Amino acid sequence: MESAQNSSNWTGLVLSHLRKDLQIEWRSREAINSMLFFALLVVVLFSMAFDPTADTSREIAGGVLCVATLFASVSSLNQAWAREIRHQVLDALRMTPSDGAALFLAKVLANFLFVSIVQFVLGPIFFVFYNLHPLGNVWLLLLVVPFGTWALVANGTFFAALSIRSRNRELLLPLILFPIFLPALLAMVLSVKTILTGDNSDPSLLWIKLLAGYDIIFTTVSLILFDIVLEAE
Amino acid sequence: MKKLFFALTTLAVLALMGWGYYQAIYVAPTEATMGDVQRIFYYHVPNAMLSYLFFVINFVASLLFLLWRREDPGRAQAADAWALAGAEVGVVFCTVVLITGPLWGRPVWGIWWTWDARLTTTLVLWLIYVSYLLTRRFAAGAQMQTLAAVLSVFGFFDIPFNYLANRLWRTQHPAPVFGGGPDSGIKDPHMLAAFGWNVLAWAMWGLLVLGVRVYVERRQQGIDGAAAQAALAGD
Repeated sequence: MESAQNSSNWTGLVLSHLRKDLQIEWRSREAINSMLFFALLVVVLFSMAFDPTADTSREIAGGVLCVATLFASVSSLNQAWAREIRHQVLDALRMTPSDGAALFLAKVLANFLFVSIVQFVLGPIFFVFYNLHPLGNVWLLLLVVPFGTWALVANGTFFAALSIRSRNRELLLPLILFPIFLPALLAMVLSVKTILTGDNSDPSLLWIKLLAGYDIIFTTVSLILFDIVLEAE
Repeated sequence: MKKLFFALTTLAVLALMGWGYYQAIYVAPTEATMGDVQRIFYYHVPNAMLSYLFFVINFVASLLFLLWRREDPGRAQAADAWALAGAEVGVVFCTVVLITGPLWGRPVWGIWWTWDARLTTTLVLWLIYVSYLLTRRFAAGAQMQTLAAVLSVFGFFDIPFNYLANRLWRTQHPAPVFGGGPDSGIKDPHMLAAFGWNVLAWAMWGLLVLGVRVYVERRQQGIDGAAAQAALAGD
């Protein structure tokens, strides 16, 4: 009975953190607007730099989409925590007896939602600019892209909280996040490529499973270790 | 006394490394298909194995730091010194692996580098620990030690993948020489001896550098601690 009450408290905590983040974003629209424009610029830049034909488009489109999302979200993940540093909100949160993991999960959910919205808007533009005609099972993208985005956002939120405590906060996040995110990026790019080219090189969906495994492992470790990062002094 | 011990140990390690070099270059027989370029193996594989050792030292010391940082700050500081030294020496060993690998790959495969599972995870391992060392430079004080220890826990996840990469997947990188199946292992006793001497020599060299780094870092911690105390006392 008590544990049931605790878990409902915990969910309530996550929801109230989430509501706060969504409300702030709804009023300012800072994160989504800046990410959207940034990602759009990356897509345009790559399209001009490589000027791909239809075949090469299928080969590289997955990579461009992933890298565009990666750069765009790094620019806004720092802001998610920098907002809490102003007016000592983070110190106040640390002093509350609530669980740090709930705060972390709410931030991840909020950022996941923002990045997903950006991808949703960007997707059609992407298909137009790169003249994409996918040859594989397009519905699998609905599985791959959220998995990859979750890997990016969960790690990114965690390491943004970690690097925000350092002297060069904006610089440190990509330096830590990119090496750790590399395996997920590889899995995401390869599975998107398989879907777009329809080459059946991965019939058992191994890369998607690996991506899911990566999500589970890294999210669990982040949830366990977040309190340590929050209380580091 | 301390200096004499250090000098003697250094001499012994250098002699051992010279002996290992002699074994690898002059004693071990030339490999039948690859020729002399195969001798890189006596450096590449021992360094790869030992880089795991130093990253494990970094991981265990980081865990101990997280465990002790509240209850026993003195021991936690010692653990932090071990974690830093482990990561530094591990990155050096991993760098040797990443340099000797392409040197061998170019004549044998015809290419310097390929993105197979083993090579990719090794590069990721190197990148992660370099970012660990960068984190230690970018943040300061006890906070930096905690953040670095957390990062070390994440970094360690790459090691099982790296170990299993050429066991689970068919990679361009050769199949494991040891512990890879019934056919693995070195058959020629001279080759095995050259390999064993080099593992020992590089291990001793790595542990010596590790010991010196821990010693220097502990001294540095002592100086920093005294400076902080003096500042608090208002001198």
